[in-house]
Amino acid sequence: MTDPLLSVRSLSIGVTRGSTDPTLIVEDVSFDISKGERFGIVGESGSGKSLTLRAIGDLLPRGVEVLAGSIRYNGTELVGMPRSSRRKLMGPEIAMIFQEPMTALNPVVRVGEQIAEGPRRYLGMTRAESMARAIEMMAKTGIPDPVRRARAYPHELSGGLRQRIMIAMALSCDPRLLLCDEPTTALDVTVQHQVLRLLEDLCDDSGAALAFVTHDLAVVNQTCTDLAVMYSGHIVESGTVREVLSDPRHPYTQGLLDSAPDFDRPERPLIPIPGFPPNVASRPSGCPFAPRCPFVVEACRTAMPPMVTVAPGHGAACIEADRISRELVAR
Amino acid sequence: MTMPEAQPLEGRPLNAEPLAVDPPVLRVANLAKSYDLPTSLLSRIARRGDKATLRALDGVELQLNRGEILALVGESGSGKSTLAKILVGSTAATAGEIEYHGAPMPARRGKDDSRRIQMVFQDPYSSLNPRLTVGAMLRELLVLHSIVPAKQVREESKRLLNLVGLEEDALDAYPSQFSGGQRQRIAIARALAVRPDILIADEPVSALDVSVQATVLDLFATLRRDLGLSILFVAHNLAVVQHLSDRVAVMYLGRIVEVAETAELFRNPRHPYTRALIDSIPRMSAGSVTEAFQLEGEPPSPFDVPSGCRFNPRCPYAVDACRTTDPVLETVAPAHLSACIRASELTELAVARV
Repeated sequence: MTDPLLSVRSLSIGVTRGSTDPTLIVEDVSFDISKGERFGIVGESGSGKSLTLRAIGDLLPRGVEVLAGSIRYNGTELVGMPRSSRRKLMGPEIAMIFQEPMTALNPVVRVGEQIAEGPRRYLGMTRAESMARAIEMMAKTGIPDPVRRARAYPHELSGGLRQRIMIAMALSCDPRLLLCDEPTTALDVTVQHQVLRLLEDLCDDSGAALAFVTHDLAVVNQTCTDLAVMYSGHIVESGTVREVLSDPRHPYTQGLLDSAPDFDRPERPLIPIPGFPPNVASRPSGCPFAPRCPFVVEACRTAMPPMVTVAPGHGAACIEADRISRELVAR
Repeated sequence: MTMPEAQPLEGRPLNAEPLAVDPPVLRVANLAKSYDLPTSLLSRIARRGDKATLRALDGVELQLNRGEILALVGESGSGKSTLAKILVGSTAATAGEIEYHGAPMPARRGKDDSRRIQMVFQDPYSSLNPRLTVGAMLRELLVLHSIVPAKQVREESKRLLNLVGLEEDALDAYPSQFSGGQRQRIAIARALAVRPDILIADEPVSALDVSVQATVLDLFATLRRDLGLSILFVAHNLAVVQHLSDRVAVMYLGRIVEVAETAELFRNPRHPYTRALIDSIPRMSAGSVTEAFQLEGEPPSPFDVPSGCRFNPRCPYAVDACRTTDPVLETVAPAHLSACIRASELTELAVARV
């Protein structure tokens, strides 16, 4: 086993605004991403999945900060690194794809020019070389007639094409790590299918690793090799996609699987998770899922359960993880 | 959250007239909606007559039967939201007929006509007035439409909240005090306040988290069962559609291209576009994805609808005739309509189940 490409340890992110007592949004999150791995981070709105991704990319919104923990990229600590040197490292090596391409692209710059900016700045290409590179990347992402389209402004392109432009932009410097924040949520299903395929192929070709944030378990199932499930700022379960989805050990993961309709099993009734996720400011002590959990015992309410290894490479932060597996079999 | 037992609404005038054969509660024929886009001053001076026309709907045929949940699926730009808006009366069609219980719906709807078809919107964060309490929101409707005498308004509001699974103390709260799922329930209570018999729900669960979606889907199923509502459910998530609806209508570029009962449509699609949609669904079971049927490109612009079959530029089954003949929606099997000239040959489209 070689050193992971990205190693996140005990990461905590919170809002510090004015108060002495910061509100924690992400708490004690740890995971590794190795070279070429496709790592999915799954959770509902407010689970902290996007903030975790943004912390890696140094793109946290104003007022939200990394409060503790470490993010090591290729052995280099990113937390606390001066912004200028971090930008220099991240330009060519870590790239990000956002959910809404219309707001992430500059509306008054031609898309070819936007793609060419990275290679020119980070790979020392001339204007002509970088434009050629932009057109090559556009062709690679399946944009028809790239020479003409390079002169278009973002608003002149459809949603699917704009997302391809973002992917072309992100991949133009041959990054080692690609951060994706719900890259297909705003797209139609047939286009989503094309874009996911494209991301997979391009990552296979270049060997880039993928950190993929989404709320859709089926998308993770088709795109990723490994996943972490987040709930209320914590990773509650992690492992390979196959392991976790076929043998979920955390009641929240199980609840997510039971509540979402599965196209291949139309007869299965949907079982919603009762209640609502806790407010970040007033999280219960102990396990944040305890108030909604069907397996809750007294001990759950006193301390956050530690991540236990339930199978090789498969961890769950639940003290009842073994019992839950048995109940699943019983069903 | 517990779901209180819902009581059927009393005094719904439409139940009073039993008919030998139920006509569909809503039927549209040849419905079209086009928007003329303003041309620039310069081209008007130059008298270049080519006006840009966006054809949002072009010959839509659809019927909604009493007490059924009909799903309307399609990609963005297919016209499904435009159709919903026309049905609910918030925009007028350019051409075509709308029949309500077998009688034509007037182009300008009176208060009573508009009461009967109500809408639930996609985003419960923007569809509720943040400055009105839930009680005030419901009172406004109950009073305007004289649904109950003034003295009973509060009682009726409580009943509505119970119907959608909310506690009575919600009456004095503002929308901001509720979560997304609860807000969508409030939006549904608001739609039900005027005792409609048709509910049009435009992507009502796509803005909600997965764990909450299921409770709102259940609510739609319960309302249909207990109140006999007919529901047109506009959606793009086919797994949700398969779970909830009785029948499915597939739209592509302003036209219905296939209609069938849910199980039949997903097992036995007879239009290549439907098959492509099915194959694009992200699946939970590994290995249930076929690579054989991947669509190239994106839906063409409604400004420039292809000649012949509107799907032909993306269709892997297209033959020369498809580029010249505009196929009509025809019966290809019992209760199964498809607008494809090769529909009878396309039985091999049948989806392998896992």
